[in-house]
Amino acid sequence: MSNTTAQQTVPPIDREPNWLLETKWAPWVSQCGARAVDGITLLGDMSLFTWQMLRWLVTRLPCRGTILINFYQVGAQSLPVIALTGTFIGMVLAVQSYVQFHAIGLDSHLGAVINSTLVKELGPVLAATMLAGRVGGAMAAVLGTMRVTEQIDALTAMGSDPIHYLVVPRFLACILLIPALTVMADFMGIIGGYCYSVIILGIDHAAYLAHSRDGVALFDLFSGIFKSVFFGAIIAVVSCHQGFNCEPGAEGVGKAATTAFVYSFVFILAVDLFLTIVLNSVYYSFFPNDSSFL
Amino acid sequence: MMHEVDPNSESLPATIPNRSLVEACDLTVRFNQHDVLRGVNVSIRRGQTVAVIGESGCGKTVFMKSLVGLVKPTLGDVRFGGRSLQQIPFDELTETRRKFGFVFQNAALFDSMSVFENIAFPLVQQGIATLDEITERVMRHLAEVGLPSEVAHRDPAQLSGGMRKRVGLARALILQPEVIVYDEPTTGLDPIMSDVINELMLATRRRYPVTSIIVTHDMRTARKVADRVLMFYPRNRLKSTESQVIYDGPPSELEHAEDRRVRQFVHGEAGERMNEMLQAMA
Repeated sequence: MSNTTAQQTVPPIDREPNWLLETKWAPWVSQCGARAVDGITLLGDMSLFTWQMLRWLVTRLPCRGTILINFYQVGAQSLPVIALTGTFIGMVLAVQSYVQFHAIGLDSHLGAVINSTLVKELGPVLAATMLAGRVGGAMAAVLGTMRVTEQIDALTAMGSDPIHYLVVPRFLACILLIPALTVMADFMGIIGGYCYSVIILGIDHAAYLAHSRDGVALFDLFSGIFKSVFFGAIIAVVSCHQGFNCEPGAEGVGKAATTAFVYSFVFILAVDLFLTIVLNSVYYSFFPNDSSFL
Repeated sequence: MMHEVDPNSESLPATIPNRSLVEACDLTVRFNQHDVLRGVNVSIRRGQTVAVIGESGCGKTVFMKSLVGLVKPTLGDVRFGGRSLQQIPFDELTETRRKFGFVFQNAALFDSMSVFENIAFPLVQQGIATLDEITERVMRHLAEVGLPSEVAHRDPAQLSGGMRKRVGLARALILQPEVIVYDEPTTGLDPIMSDVINELMLATRRRYPVTSIIVTHDMRTARKVADRVLMFYPRNRLKSTESQVIYDGPPSELEHAEDRRVRQFVHGEAGERMNEMLQAMA
């Protein structure tokens, strides 16, 4: 039976008007639904992109030259800015915490708070934020321009896989170098906090160091560095994905760079929360009676 | 891999009749529920030089990118040497792509590399040649497209549009492809440089027994270089039963084509299009 005949034989359905569509909330619900679908599509697309990249990572690495250039751009060129911002963050922590600690007579404990906050949270998140801004934005812009000017198509046409050639080296550079950048942010933050507390605020040098040492466990340092590897992976995947899916024109490239940073930052904070909860649970399952972690 | 023929010979290499090298079978490509190509059937023989013409938005570039596998068909199939590109494994697809040389509209040279590195890129990626061999081949191909050796160490940004296209051609030729695809090779160039590019395409054809597919708006290129012309028409302006390829024949017959739309395109006449636009604006 043809479709036309089928349509003729089926009586028309007398539908009740959908009350939801009549309400003032209808456009809002519709927009929320559309956003949810877009979000799920983006996550699915990003997962496939990551899967393709991981497949190349375990089967064949790009040539050494391609990897080294990315290591230089991600690592060496990010060091000064991360060192500088790390120093300032350490100093700001000292300024902000001093008033409260001074009020209760615990000035010398400032080192423990500054160093613990830096090593556990601010160091990794700061390094990741700077990397997302400096490197992630640049990655999205470069790959977006390559997409717009058909350079990515040219790679494919010449028998190279763009994910293998362009994404794998950037991913490796991010995940392998972000721990070093995090350590640098931690170190410079600790130096900055120390200098401001001891030189400007006049806190006793020996007491500051003693409390600093007691306030930071090796596990704190490990947890910060462990989290940073995930942050590096997020920056590389999100930025490269945004670049690969860049819309045409200068506006498209700008949007890709901006979106890369915003998405990276949101994912970094979300994953930070999740990993912090997991790492805390792991720590207390091994050391249930330890209160120094609090 | 093709063999070089005498470049001084004026005659073009003979085509091998009745042997399809590239085929589009019922090719349909859809973007966002919109059919750019629907049911296109085209067969290109080894050694032919085919110009694909048509107005902007008719699907020429999508057709060309489908042939190379840069755009996946929504329906239908693309075959190279009788084998479906959809069915061959990834490694073989990569090998097959290397049998195509692609000259992009704006050359698509890699900004981060010098001209030398751009041309050498396909050889380096394949890892089949020593540094001396790569240097020799890059310099030879630069000379073939009429560029001096000093250009090799410049950045693409320092080149003019015509030079970029010629570097793009040298890069496309370095792996000695069986099929070379040109995407609007003369667009944006002055008439003299356009003719230089036309002559280079002819010289390439004389030098190598290559199959060429040229997507162009330039009727001078189509007439001068091609021995077969395909004219595409936008799908949304056709009846559902009409073929999207409204002309398939030699360039010499374009002027006398039965289809009025072909003659209008060849003569550059707006025809009923102007009225349609005015109606749309009203």
